[in-house]
Amino acid sequence: MPGSVQSIQRAAAILHLLAASAGRLSLAEVSSSLGLAKGTAHGLLRTLREVGLVEQDRASAQYRLGPALLQLGTSYLDVNELRARSLNWADSLAAHVAETVRLGSLLKNQVLVVHHVFRPDDSPQVLDVGTLLPAHATALGKALLAYAPTAVRALPQIERYTRRTVVSMPRLRQELTQVRRAGVAVENEEWLVGMAGIAAPIRGSGGLVVGSIGLSGPVERLCLTSGAPRPALAAAVTDAAAAIARELEPDRR
Amino acid sequence: MAEQYVLAIDQGTTSTRCIVFDRRGRLVGVRQREHGQRYPRPGWVEHDAVEIWRNVEWVVPAALADAGVDVGAVVAIGIANQRETTIVWDRATGRPVGPAIVWQDTRTSGLLDALARRPEAERVQDLSGLPLSPYFAAARLRWILDHDPGLGVRAERGDVLFGTMESWLIWNLTGGTDGGIHVTDVTNASRTMLMDIVTRRWHPELLRFFGIPEGMLPQIVPSLHRVADARRVVPGVPIAAALGDQQAALFGQACFDAGEVKCTYGTGSFLLMNTGDELVRSKHGLIVTPAYEIAGEPAHYALEGSIAVTGSLVQWFRDGLQMINSAPEIETLARTVDDNGGCYIVPAFAGLLAPYWRSEARGIIVGLTSYITRGHLARAILEATGWQTREVIDAMLADSGLPLTSLKVDGGMTSDNLLMQFVADVLDTPVVRPMVAETVSLGAAYAAGLSVGYWPDLDSLRRNWHRAARWMPRMTATTRDREYGNWKRAVQRTFDWIVDQP
Repeated sequence: MPGSVQSIQRAAAILHLLAASAGRLSLAEVSSSLGLAKGTAHGLLRTLREVGLVEQDRASAQYRLGPALLQLGTSYLDVNELRARSLNWADSLAAHVAETVRLGSLLKNQVLVVHHVFRPDDSPQVLDVGTLLPAHATALGKALLAYAPTAVRALPQIERYTRRTVVSMPRLRQELTQVRRAGVAVENEEWLVGMAGIAAPIRGSGGLVVGSIGLSGPVERLCLTSGAPRPALAAAVTDAAAAIARELEPDRR
Repeated sequence: MAEQYVLAIDQGTTSTRCIVFDRRGRLVGVRQREHGQRYPRPGWVEHDAVEIWRNVEWVVPAALADAGVDVGAVVAIGIANQRETTIVWDRATGRPVGPAIVWQDTRTSGLLDALARRPEAERVQDLSGLPLSPYFAAARLRWILDHDPGLGVRAERGDVLFGTMESWLIWNLTGGTDGGIHVTDVTNASRTMLMDIVTRRWHPELLRFFGIPEGMLPQIVPSLHRVADARRVVPGVPIAAALGDQQAALFGQACFDAGEVKCTYGTGSFLLMNTGDELVRSKHGLIVTPAYEIAGEPAHYALEGSIAVTGSLVQWFRDGLQMINSAPEIETLARTVDDNGGCYIVPAFAGLLAPYWRSEARGIIVGLTSYITRGHLARAILEATGWQTREVIDAMLADSGLPLTSLKVDGGMTSDNLLMQFVADVLDTPVVRPMVAETVSLGAAYAAGLSVGYWPDLDSLRRNWHRAARWMPRMTATTRDREYGNWKRAVQRTFDWIVDQP
């Protein structure tokens, strides 16, 4: 069995040190307090700063605890921030595939629609940002549930919307395993008859899933006769998810 | 036939970007590079024009590489630029004589006050279509000439040249010291205060008023006009259009018909209404400006209203007050409450622009009670942008007599749903966002592509415009009227704050 990870022990020590200090600490103070080489302490502090656990004052270059510590236990990424950072990529996905694009985020056991881009055909469409979708019956939801084990455990009775809605827990778990394997979630007339969805998880720093992005449209446009998603569309969705993930990398903030 | 592309350079206030567009107006490659902002004294803002030119030399080939497009497949280049930023450079060396003085710079306020007292001042406003304000380029140019005694004589001989950013870039792209072409497009020229808004030529009275030698001025050309082929960066590619960035956004939003309005929501916000080929004089504090001019056709005009502080108010809430960690979080905070709680914020940080033009006004937070929380302040901040939009739109409708059918929006703040809904509510009009958010670059590309026949006509460009989102008004008339009344009372309370100290 491998031993403890030393850098995590040291990072924890830095957080304890900063928490116990009244004001800010300089790099020299951190390294001497913990008996670390300056270069080592600097690398640790830089990484902690990138993930938001530590904050550096611009003028003095000194360190203190960061805002992410206060947010532990609440939402990791503000949904409005997620929308702002996704804007260009969601637009270009919708323009490219000519379908409706939505971004979702888990709110308890449901999917909160965080962003909505109209299908680019100028037909009457209604903005549905802020509405809630059933997680187990939508591609956006399954792309989130696959990476949220506690949300899956907390699902209440799973409701049937169509003949094709997955209502058996073992089958849902099986499907979520498939989502993790493929990196893509599909919804094939499981929520609305005639409609399909393709979605992919959006990963934030460190691989944490912070949302999902997906297309929706008529089943014959999105899926093959086998029921599988059209490969070109699935690729466009995962590409957009990857582009947003890059946008969320700490150094681009 | 191999696919062909149009290239847009957007030389903006904080960065220079190059975007490659295809025939359907889709973005296929993009690169961007920021440049330094210098604030040598309070109110002063400067750029290094050489740094900006180097950024152009870098972003253009990088964007082509990003798109995987060869220079040979580019049919035209269009330029959109930050307006009113003033550069003077030496024709023989190609070096600027000093820093570029940026449109946000207010060093010429005192100079303007003195000029405004002269009897011809009113005539200057009639001729140029602009209010006397440090916002426009002429006073900056005067300031540069005043601060280098040798410059005046050299300017008369045409040894030193004046230009706004597009002039500087075109001169460099067409060879620089080796035969560079010295032109400015009509939309940029109109922002100097030296151009006659009707004839679209430099006017001798305006030149005399500001004491500007004509020898240093560029030739005014239509916005859609094949200036020359580039000799540097993208050799052989025609430079086919140039527009000020806000006029480019109007073009990119396909606002080609009289009555169409767009608003770009950024650090500040800029509303433009196309008034067709009719020049509408504003009686309500707006600016008259050419929207675009196609070579060989009459110019199209626009009414413009600028709002100085919108996105920057959110930045102040984040950085100055440290109420939020990132700008989009203001929406989260604002949604913690149902309304503004009776609190209004008027961000007259450096006075008020359209439709008031009160430089002595300063910002206020009014209606404070112990009930007010951070959430109410966040709401009041977003609402300030909504009400300022309403005031400019009201002035546009009063001046033009045209009805408002919708407002087309772009810019970073369009990601704020609460704000966009509020704008629709206070205007009682649908607000629509197009699918390509990069309307400034798209407008430059459209203009250049149209100029060389890559797109056949304006209709083909209209067909490229697609709605990405639409917010419908939901507020009751009673609420809207009451809130607008409160806002107006708040604005009144910002006036006459700055007084001359003895």
